[in-house]
Amino acid sequence: MPEVRKQPVKRESVPRTLLVAFFVSLVCSSLVASAAVVLKPLQVANALLDVRKNILEVAGLMEPGADVNALFAAIEARVVDLETGAYVDDVDPETFDPVRAKRDPELSIEVPAELDVARVGRRAKRARIYLVREDGEVTRIILPVSGYGLWSTLYGFLALEPDGNTVADIVFYAHAETAGIGDFVTKAAWRARWPGKRVYDEEGALRLEVFKGRATADDPLSDYRVDGVSGATLTGNGVTNLIRYWLGDHGYGPFLRNIRGEES
Amino acid sequence: MSDSPAKRALLDPIVDDNPVTLHVLGICSALAVTTSLLPSLYMCVALTVVASLANASVSAIRKVLPGSIRIIVQMTIIASLVIVVDESLKAFAYETSRELSVFVGLIITNCIVLGRTESFGSKNPIGLSFLDGLGNGLGYSVILILVATCRELLGKGTLLGYTILPNVADGGWYIPNGMMLLPPSAFFVIGLIIWAVRTWKAEQVEEQEYRIHEVHRTEAH
Repeated sequence: MPEVRKQPVKRESVPRTLLVAFFVSLVCSSLVASAAVVLKPLQVANALLDVRKNILEVAGLMEPGADVNALFAAIEARVVDLETGAYVDDVDPETFDPVRAKRDPELSIEVPAELDVARVGRRAKRARIYLVREDGEVTRIILPVSGYGLWSTLYGFLALEPDGNTVADIVFYAHAETAGIGDFVTKAAWRARWPGKRVYDEEGALRLEVFKGRATADDPLSDYRVDGVSGATLTGNGVTNLIRYWLGDHGYGPFLRNIRGEES
Repeated sequence: MSDSPAKRALLDPIVDDNPVTLHVLGICSALAVTTSLLPSLYMCVALTVVASLANASVSAIRKVLPGSIRIIVQMTIIASLVIVVDESLKAFAYETSRELSVFVGLIITNCIVLGRTESFGSKNPIGLSFLDGLGNGLGYSVILILVATCRELLGKGTLLGYTILPNVADGGWYIPNGMMLLPPSAFFVIGLIIWAVRTWKAEQVEEQEYRIHEVHRTEAH
């Protein structure tokens, strides 16, 4: 800042105004920029920790107050080729970056418009899934899912029982749906409606959906229907769409068929 | 109250010149974040830091600041400080920062901050301006903490997440008042606080701008 003297340059002159504006902008922008750069690693670590916490939550392993990273060591990450549904071992699941893979034209494909009910756009050819084991036996299969709701893309994890057909749990960890209405997807009461629901029927057709209204007990499809929330139909439809896409043939369908041991 | 200007700048805004109860400023965030105590505490710290630093910074350049661009310069300073505070919260208090969502960012538009930089910081020395910002931040905090305590205690039966009044649902005796968690209840609580303060300090009661005049039958022709 220029030294303030008693008589010289008038405070209101144009050069003086530009000079003050320039210096204020310079100081403020460097302040904001350095804060963003210095704090970035901590924020990234927090976001990673949050995702891990959600994976543990859907794995049924989360304990309040526990060390997330220590608990997370018990979860096995695997990379799956979505087209064949087979595990691939030429990449380290730890360093596999699904976000970067989705952006890389080599590693991702365009989702055909007629299949893209969840408005995914592109998807990576490979996906990182998580397995929970107990005494060596797989007890839960955790699949990352995402899709468009009413305003925003919902990101979550769907946990299936080892049969590859029964829902164990579901969590959504990032979305920007209407607060107080569309955010029912993160509420415990709604989450509790999922466990035990089935994904595919006897013929292998994908049936799981969020149902408008209340699924009654005598409804033959009640095993496949999760009650929606009135007033939030479009967010509920978004969840149905992302299930339709990700558990369908273009998503984890082939992988889950392998798990169920069916011929494709 | 002592007459020392520093002490007055710091302590007056807490009760006698409170930004929320006397000037009725900063109500939007007071309604939004006060459903529980913990996010309210973070909000108080964030606003107090921004208000004191913005007031001191504006005061530091008050002699070179041309009048024609003074408001936009003040907004730039406030906005920069708010971004720094918001980024720090995301780095050091991730969970709470998600709960506060846009409301930390909205400190930029909080009338208390711009009100103090424009009416106090741009006319007074740096140290005094800092204390004035701090005092106003504390005045806001006192009200926010009072409102949040009422709402969390009556709405959930907890304080800072610890159970104080055991809920019926968990085998206790307290039936939580769900309305306390909705924004209108903050209006009621703030209204009751303003009423209480103005009963205690009658000089804060505003003069009525308009009074219904009682007319005698005989005058009305």
